[in-house]
Amino acid sequence: MSSQTPTVASTESRHVGKEEILAARSVTMRFGGLVAVDNVDFTVHSGEIVGLIGPNGAGKTTFFNCLTGLYKPTSGEVRFSGQVLPPKPRSVVVAGMARTFQNIRLFPNMTALENVMVGRYCRTSAMALTSILRGPKYRREEEATRARAVELLDYVGMKGQGGHLARNLPYGDQRRLEIARALATDPKLLLLDEPTAGMNPQETRQAEELIFKIRDSGLAIVVIEHDMRFIFNLCDRVLCLVRGKTLIEGTAAEVQSDPRVIEAYIGSPDSDDEASGSDVATEGEAGNA
Amino acid sequence: MNVPTIVTPELQKRFHVPGRIAALAGGLLLAASAYLPWAYDGDALDNMAFLGGPSTLQFLGALLGLLLAVSAGMAWVEPWADRKGILPRLLMVSRRAGWTRGTKALGVGLLGFIAVVLIAIALELGGLVTIEYGGWVALAGALLGFVGSRLLTPGRAPSLEKVKTPAWLEIVSIAVLLLVALLLAAYALNQNDGGTFLSILAFIGALVAFILRVGAGGWLSAAGQRHRNVLVFSSFAVAFLFPFTQNGSDANMSIATQVLIFAATAVGLNIVVGLAGLLDLGYIAFLGAGAFTAATMSQSAFATIGWKPPFIVVMLIAGLVSATLGLIIGSPTLRVSGDYLAIVTLAFGEIFRISMSNLDGSDGPDLVHGSSGIPAIPNLNLFGFDFGKVHTVLGIPLGRFSNYFFLMLLIMALIVLVFTRLNHSRIGRGWVAIREDEKAAEAMGVNVFGLKLLAFAGGAFLAGLAGAVKAHVDQSVTPDQYIFLESAFLLAAVVLGGMGTVMGVLLGAALLKLVPEKLRFVNEYRMLIFGLLMVLMMRFRPEGMIPNQRRVLEFHSDDEELVEEIEEDLPYEFAEEH
Repeated sequence: MSSQTPTVASTESRHVGKEEILAARSVTMRFGGLVAVDNVDFTVHSGEIVGLIGPNGAGKTTFFNCLTGLYKPTSGEVRFSGQVLPPKPRSVVVAGMARTFQNIRLFPNMTALENVMVGRYCRTSAMALTSILRGPKYRREEEATRARAVELLDYVGMKGQGGHLARNLPYGDQRRLEIARALATDPKLLLLDEPTAGMNPQETRQAEELIFKIRDSGLAIVVIEHDMRFIFNLCDRVLCLVRGKTLIEGTAAEVQSDPRVIEAYIGSPDSDDEASGSDVATEGEAGNA
Repeated sequence: MNVPTIVTPELQKRFHVPGRIAALAGGLLLAASAYLPWAYDGDALDNMAFLGGPSTLQFLGALLGLLLAVSAGMAWVEPWADRKGILPRLLMVSRRAGWTRGTKALGVGLLGFIAVVLIAIALELGGLVTIEYGGWVALAGALLGFVGSRLLTPGRAPSLEKVKTPAWLEIVSIAVLLLVALLLAAYALNQNDGGTFLSILAFIGALVAFILRVGAGGWLSAAGQRHRNVLVFSSFAVAFLFPFTQNGSDANMSIATQVLIFAATAVGLNIVVGLAGLLDLGYIAFLGAGAFTAATMSQSAFATIGWKPPFIVVMLIAGLVSATLGLIIGSPTLRVSGDYLAIVTLAFGEIFRISMSNLDGSDGPDLVHGSSGIPAIPNLNLFGFDFGKVHTVLGIPLGRFSNYFFLMLLIMALIVLVFTRLNHSRIGRGWVAIREDEKAAEAMGVNVFGLKLLAFAGGAFLAGLAGAVKAHVDQSVTPDQYIFLESAFLLAAVVLGGMGTVMGVLLGAALLKLVPEKLRFVNEYRMLIFGLLMVLMMRFRPEGMIPNQRRVLEFHSDDEELVEEIEEDLPYEFAEEH
């Protein structure tokens, strides 16, 4: 097992880790005449949770896709651990960046365990001939894959659920399974696209605990969310995008109290007198609807 | 399936007991009718004109009748299970069987069997008048049994697979079942009369339907899972024994060898279609590439390449040539989505055939003598074993086709090994992930393009191996053996048989090749019949006859009940423990 496994808890990494993991420099993404992401700078340090917020259509997911190699930015560059990655989702995963999807994209007709085992694909190496001959090395690797997948299911709180088909799992478990599958790729950076969308408050709290647990094990995390309470509870730093541009970047408290954020969400430039923290949270959710 | 309900649940509730009596009586009546003459003349089928002496087919009919009677009557015997003794203990097991479901399936199968037999008699002798009273009694019995079984309320679902049985019993059952299959296959193949052949098929169909619905199929497959090696080994042993049942006759062995080549190619195609989910409409070209490669390097006087390495080397080269073609076709097209691939492979199949016709010395280099191809390919001689000679083993002569049959069996074993091992491996998981959600698979680090290319080139390699043998079996290789129709038939074998399973494709390939060989009238209308068959399959059972569980899920994702059922008895590779 490699050393960045989330089960190996390294609590000090949060304080020590000021190493830059992800650095996006003036990333711009154009679709024809539409500028979906406009000149955005973005940095993530190891062991920190960064939130990405913004009203619908602000370009959050597009920016995410630029980071994870689904799109190639029109201009600007994305460096991961100091290196520019080729815009291929697979190389991005191999380099150590894993993601979940806004609308869950599990492999529905595979069991939970198999879903996680697919995540191990890029960290295992058995090719056709090895798989056919089934030597001791192959068996060891297959055994390790299975054991790791079982371990990860336990880790996200799905102990004993491995035999169920992904499609038959309850919604919250599907979200958790997606995280387990992403963790199976041994990432250094985890990108979560709306991990609590559609969850009830209890499930949201569980998700929050899980994300903290993952962060405490030394991974850096980027979260897109609409649930402001969730974001401000969770994140060390928050980046707010509006119409593809950076509106503000700062600590949760700074962003929370910034009138422009509230303005962006509820779109009324005059009434900034009621901008207290709890209002932002509720109004943020309303803006989501 | 939206078949209109004639027999409503209320009707079934009210006539349950009379239905059971009717099914029992019908079965017994049918069994008794075997001792009556069914036809006026002995020429029809296998001579059913005797009073008091059942022919084989009549005997089989009687067997089905008795089975129906027993199955229908079980409900009255089962209460005895509460007593003590050995018999009640067996009855406890019987309580796990789905006798009512079996009775219903057998009611349909029996009617089908009798209908086929009677229609065959009428066609062969000229009119319904040639059917003797025994035949009508049999029909009455079958109808009674059918109507009676329809009136039964659907019983409990079978759970025989949960019965704990001693290992020896399971192993013996597997062996016996395979031996029975061998004898039935040998018997069916020896029938040159179309009606008899079709009747035997109907019998097998009815029997298999009964076994599956009663739940013995579940028990057998569970037993097969537990004794996988026994199952695989005895399957090949039985196939190996097949030539010994033929008494040196080459007629059937020639068909059997062709079936085996076809089936091996189809299993190779199933890696591409069933496992990786790529639609390949030009797969026959890879078989052809192997055959042409082997032919040009053979000992034939018309072979164009002077280098004549031993056959093992030739086979490898043939496979590599096919695989290279696969890479050349695959690497530009596998990056685009499915429909384009289908069209490109379709075109590739045609390009291959036309190119071969043009390599005749006037339009291109004289590599394969154009459309006349390479004839007079001599028989193989491997390590001093002459494939052209008749070898006598244990007093049973084994002719030329038997020799090739054995060779193809080896290649089949290799292909099946590759298929199953890849299926249950890291690579197999990757393929499933790609089929399920290509984008997500890519985003999880699965090498989508590489895995597709592997399936494509690997499948081509295996087809190349089979092609090299085919060149020697056919003794000549011409471009018109490798037309699009053959690709279509290979694909039909995969789709009808079951995507993603070996057994399904073997069954599909055997049916598609055997039925036209044995039934001349089918051969004439085979396009029509297969077209119809495909439409019906797509409508009622798109996953094929013996499908992969996962494929069933993919095709029936909205059927919640079925999904639950499958999840409950997921085979071992899905489960967490192993």
